[in-house]
Amino acid sequence: MITLTDQAFDPGALLTAFCQGRSETGAVATFTGLARAEAGAAATLELEAYPGFTEARIGEIAAQARTRFALDDFSIVHRVGRIAPGEAIVFVATAARHRRAAFEACDFLMDYLKSRAPFWKKETGPDGARWIEPRDQDHADIARWETPQ
Amino acid sequence: MARVLLFGRLSDVAGWRERELECPTLSALRTQLSQEDAGLAEALAAPGVQVALDQVLVRGDAALQPRSEVAFLPPMSGG
Repeated sequence: MITLTDQAFDPGALLTAFCQGRSETGAVATFTGLARAEAGAAATLELEAYPGFTEARIGEIAAQARTRFALDDFSIVHRVGRIAPGEAIVFVATAARHRRAAFEACDFLMDYLKSRAPFWKKETGPDGARWIEPRDQDHADIARWETPQ
Repeated sequence: MARVLLFGRLSDVAGWRERELECPTLSALRTQLSQEDAGLAEALAAPGVQVALDQVLVRGDAALQPRSEVAFLPPMSGG
């Protein structure tokens, strides 16, 4: 399931709900991304999405992960709007029969969400506002999945 | 009239987020936007800016319909 929300969420509650009612899933892996304060430089983070398009693109990324790692299920929750330091921005959970697939799918999904999902992130602090763009590291992270195994 | 959407830094540069414009093609639309606003022209030409036509990414030129939605998308950053 893919959810965009402008409300703060509780990653623990999401994990509990995700694990319920599974009898054949042997492994659930999760990742939670939090907004950093950057030592006071980032008072707020603002995330913009393109309604409809953003969900559709994340759906394509998730469909790739589901096939590649034979996932039983996944959950992606992503904040939009204003986010305070310390709040969760993103929650990804993956369910598979065995742990390796769950771990790798979670890693794969986060790498693609970082630089391929249609979000735009603006950090505002005492020195003004700046738009955050993918770093070289983010591109290198994606490249790991695109080189032939 | 095509509906034109700007995201991220592009809307900050242009000072608007959404406009209706009468243009037959994507390239005519780019030309019109660029002639009106040199700052936006530079921002649209920056590396990594993609274009979605009716929520599908497109490369190169395309014809616009009266109700087309054109979105200019700077480099994406989620998570």
